[in-house]
Amino acid sequence: MEIHEYQAKAILADYGVAIPDGGLAYSPEQAAYRASEIGGEQWVVKAQIHSGARGKAGGVKLCGHEREVAEAADELLGKRLVTAQTGERGKGVYRLYVEAAVAGESEIYLGFVLDRSAERVTIVASASGGMDIEEIVASDPGSIVRINVEPAVGLQAFEAREIAFAVGLDASLVPQAVQLMTSCYRAILDLDATMLEINPLTVTADGRLLALDAKMIFDDNALFRHQDVSELRDKSQEDPRERTAVDRGLSYVGLEGDIGCIINGAGLAMATMDMIKHAGGEPANFLDIGGGASPERVLKAFRLVLSDDKVKAVLVNIFAGINRCDWVAEGVVQALRQLEVPVPVVVRLSGTNVEEGRQILKEADVPVITAESLAEAGTKAVESVTGRAA
Amino acid sequence: MSIILDETTPVIVQGVTGRIATFHTTDMAEYGTNVVGGVTPGKGGAKHCGIDVFDTVKQAVAATEATASIVFVPPPFAADAIMEAADAGIENCVCITEGIPVQDMIKVKRYLRRYQHAKRMCLIGPNCAGVISPGKAMMGIMPSHIYQRGPVGIVSRSGTLGYEAASQLKAVGIGVSTSVGIGGDPINGSSFLDHLKRFENDNETEAVVMIGEIGGLQEAQAAVYAREHMHKPVVGYIAGLTAPKGRTMGHAGAIVSTVGESAAEKVQIMRECGVTIVKLPSDFGKIVPKVLRR
Repeated sequence: MEIHEYQAKAILADYGVAIPDGGLAYSPEQAAYRASEIGGEQWVVKAQIHSGARGKAGGVKLCGHEREVAEAADELLGKRLVTAQTGERGKGVYRLYVEAAVAGESEIYLGFVLDRSAERVTIVASASGGMDIEEIVASDPGSIVRINVEPAVGLQAFEAREIAFAVGLDASLVPQAVQLMTSCYRAILDLDATMLEINPLTVTADGRLLALDAKMIFDDNALFRHQDVSELRDKSQEDPRERTAVDRGLSYVGLEGDIGCIINGAGLAMATMDMIKHAGGEPANFLDIGGGASPERVLKAFRLVLSDDKVKAVLVNIFAGINRCDWVAEGVVQALRQLEVPVPVVVRLSGTNVEEGRQILKEADVPVITAESLAEAGTKAVESVTGRAA
Repeated sequence: MSIILDETTPVIVQGVTGRIATFHTTDMAEYGTNVVGGVTPGKGGAKHCGIDVFDTVKQAVAATEATASIVFVPPPFAADAIMEAADAGIENCVCITEGIPVQDMIKVKRYLRRYQHAKRMCLIGPNCAGVISPGKAMMGIMPSHIYQRGPVGIVSRSGTLGYEAASQLKAVGIGVSTSVGIGGDPINGSSFLDHLKRFENDNETEAVVMIGEIGGLQEAQAAVYAREHMHKPVVGYIAGLTAPKGRTMGHAGAIVSTVGESAAEKVQIMRECGVTIVKLPSDFGKIVPKVLRR
């Protein structure tokens, strides 16, 4: 689960990381008021969306007057911001963070990520802060330092010192940097974060380390033990269909094509998408109905897939282990009877209770195109869209 | 032979009294698995599915001499259950549970290393379909009727793709020595490489099918091992050629986040290592017979 910059900063501040003064605003008036509260002469107004690369997309504005703050806020609020990471639709801006502008002397990249090969948290740092990590990897790979943290003992001071010296911090700042990294590591452990990024971490003229931007991602599987973190979820930042899917216990990823997919198992779902592509079609979505799917869950999956108006055909591909083909068939029949299904439906059933499932489809006399194998499922789905042999 | 499991392997079920565990315990026993006991803390002394229930894994092992366990414990408690199995001297542990927090898995992996290599438990999963040695025994949740006994070893992240491969092979009259699901989590127990090693040393296995997907580097590491150390042919498929970068595709571990994690890159490395590539998931039944005849 992702959270906003202002939320990540509040968490980090609780752990003792220094951040600039700032406040949240939902309106231009509130934004101007926040600026007056913060004081000083320059502020940044930052769109709060779940995406990086906001600056280049015009989502971060530097202002020299409270009136300008209000104007910037007025321009940003309600807008859909398209960044390099959001896709074409962009993300809606409903919250702003107004912050004291800080002129730094140098900018550092500091990231904590879960390294799945090492099976540990890895700290990644670079003296080339301000750019995103992909850009640093491309333009200045030599500046990157990495350290794996041994989970049994946690981050050691010498490791943090090595990083601090490697990114060129002045010796007088090193103790501060060690404390900051130790705090971040503790936050990751305490809150089950899978990613924490401070970029840039800036060095101010008066010798302080300030987190100018912050990002945190949390492990969905661990939210059950972090009620406080779960409450930071902002549904406005999620794709509406993906949000619905999560709420219904389905796993859905929207894509660009026109063949809607209803599959069991993540591996088979990806493989089916690959089959569709090979047969000359494009999948409209990834959808895993999970194990033990009831007819109701299949019906919900149909509703979800059909809510995408790009969909010109639906492919149901089930290899049942802990699922049951008869239940899936019941769900297909219910969907075709209860919903308006204006597109062809291709169904392939295999595994547990397959004969019962096929019988149900046959007896219900609903308009489905049946397929016997994975290969046939792919080609029939594509043919049903294009009207010619794939 | 076969790997990990045969009809003599004494198996216990952790979390045996749960609804799903109850169903699969019966299913496994009917298939021929030597299920000797179960563990649910607080229910020791009871009988369930016709087997004795114990409070701790150590008690169960002492009473039954079990060497393998299968975990059906819910996510918040599953890591604890795996570590309990390791400490009780279990040799092979299958964890079916999906949704274990990744920090818990970091702990589990660190914990397993406190035992010397020879005495270290092999964890299969979590978030997997389990292990089946067709015609002998199964420790998992797969539909057993799609498997036929034979010379092909299968190791797969995905459960359903493992089923797909096994049923395509059965349709052309080819059976399976053992099929292992290693699970779709970003940090899992045993890897593709661990099971390739076992299949290489198994006299019943003549060829291995390796079914991977986007995310992580385990498939590439296994392919390098196959080139350097294996005499048996390896057939490989990677799911997710059409998956967009940076999106999690169902499995928590199925995400392309860095170099080398995409399906195309993995296929390339596997091919360079001499692995026979199955381009389409519908072609296991076409490619594997050719490789076996060679």
